[in-house]
Amino acid sequence: MTVGTYTPKPGAAPLPRMIAAQAALETRMLLRNGEQLLLTVVIPTLLLVLFSAVDIVDTGKGKAVDFLAPGVLALAVMSTAFTGQAIATGFERRYGVLKRLASSPLPRWGLMAAKTVSVLVTEVLQVALLTVIAFALGWSPHGNPAAVLLLLLLGTAAFSGLGLLMAGTLRAEATLAAANLVFLLLLVGGGVIVPLEKFGATGQHVLGLLPISALSDGLRDVLQHGSGTPWADLGILAVWAVAALAAAGRFFRWE
Amino acid sequence: MGSQSVVQVRALVKRYGAKTAVDGLDLVAEAGVTAVLGPNGAGKTTTVETCEGYRKPDSGTVRVLGLDPVRDSAALRPRIGVMLQSGGVYSGARADEMLRHVAKLHAHPLDVDALVERLGLGSCGRTSYRRLSGGQQQRLALAMAVVGRPELVFLDEPTAGLDPQARHATWDLVRDLRADGVSVILTTHHMDEAEQLADDVAIIDGGRVIAHGSPEQLCKGGAENTLRFTGRPGLDVGSLLKALPADCTAAELTPGSYRVVGKVDPQLLATVTSWCAQHGVMPDRISVERHTLEDVFLELTGKELRS
Repeated sequence: MTVGTYTPKPGAAPLPRMIAAQAALETRMLLRNGEQLLLTVVIPTLLLVLFSAVDIVDTGKGKAVDFLAPGVLALAVMSTAFTGQAIATGFERRYGVLKRLASSPLPRWGLMAAKTVSVLVTEVLQVALLTVIAFALGWSPHGNPAAVLLLLLLGTAAFSGLGLLMAGTLRAEATLAAANLVFLLLLVGGGVIVPLEKFGATGQHVLGLLPISALSDGLRDVLQHGSGTPWADLGILAVWAVAALAAAGRFFRWE
Repeated sequence: MGSQSVVQVRALVKRYGAKTAVDGLDLVAEAGVTAVLGPNGAGKTTTVETCEGYRKPDSGTVRVLGLDPVRDSAALRPRIGVMLQSGGVYSGARADEMLRHVAKLHAHPLDVDALVERLGLGSCGRTSYRRLSGGQQQRLALAMAVVGRPELVFLDEPTAGLDPQARHATWDLVRDLRADGVSVILTTHHMDEAEQLADDVAIIDGGRVIAHGSPEQLCKGGAENTLRFTGRPGLDVGSLLKALPADCTAAELTPGSYRVVGKVDPQLLATVTSWCAQHGVMPDRISVERHTLEDVFLELTGKELRS
């Protein structure tokens, strides 16, 4: 290298370029990670195909796929916004990635914005894939797409808040274990593939307040039953979103 | 303090719970290369991380390029480059991918390919960060610190765990940075590294700066240098002393074995040998011991190893 190569010429890149670059990198890291793909793509796809084809769980009247598709879409949102994001961010914190980026020109809120973009891009890919598969299985959705979009966005906000709260407060290994455990518990007890009625009146009432139940129930109301805007479920998701994001903002530690 | 100061730390105190990591530390670093030297646990990393904006001082003030690292973080971050002691890279990212990413966060980055070549990172190929060798990981972290063309670079133990070749490659890069007008603050517990690279050395122990100056100044001031010779027993030490500069001492340690302590330079050696010639003394085994930074360091921080 010649003299003057390193002569200082500092400057931050334009903010949109920084956020776009960060979001692209985060998305690439996610798509390259086998465990993440298992969680976000393979498991939801398998559940949708398996339970639609084989009559294991009593999904009530109508085609199984009409019951399952909304639940699996809810699961896809949870797997990316909550489980995947919590685990990835937990290890980024552990390995000093968050710390190193915190001294780069990218502001901290810019990093969080990039993470959100990355989650949304992944969700778009998941929803596209699952929708195609569901149609192939004979799915006939109804309802207002705007209500569906609103549910997915509020669900993403709630799960992102919970995932970041976990990643920013627990050790990485604890986050890995807890995020997977929660994923499993909510998969079973959150109305994804097992109707909440199976848990009795009290159980149904309590479990119905979980964000996964609100999301799967809301999506099912719209997509399966063609209802209007499911305000109660949106309300539950909004409360979770506000509480979790506020807690994450308050307690998140960068290193 | 000159307007050239890149870092000004005044009476910095930083505690972690009951432990005081930095205890009233003062440090002014001018443009150039400043080495922060100290045993493990001396407070080096805490001091540097406070300058980088990671830690808020419990008391005292820190200014980096004239800015408050916490309050003026947004203005400061593009102007500094940071190499953490370890980590800082996505475990699934490739070396060139991560470096290219950090370059994208800056307005006028270095040529990434040239930097990859320069630091021998080209051989990393498609290997993900977690599978790189320790030396490759260190060099990537170094590259990430300089790729944004900063005015000031913080390197926290940049050569820890490197083999000699990689260590010299790092030293060469630091020298090139300095030559091109980039200031460098580096922490190390390798005395030779400080001696080789630094314009200025601050020795830290117990959370305070216990010595500060150029390597030459520290070697002169911290520990006396010694000249020894042997001759016949019972020479007139008083006469020798009169011939020597005022700040020297001379003594016959054991019969026939003499020691002169003071500023050892060619002039002193000439003075001693000509005194011997005048007195018909053949000085056998004449030797000089000039203290290295390592002697100074051990003298100041105590000889026992701390970890």
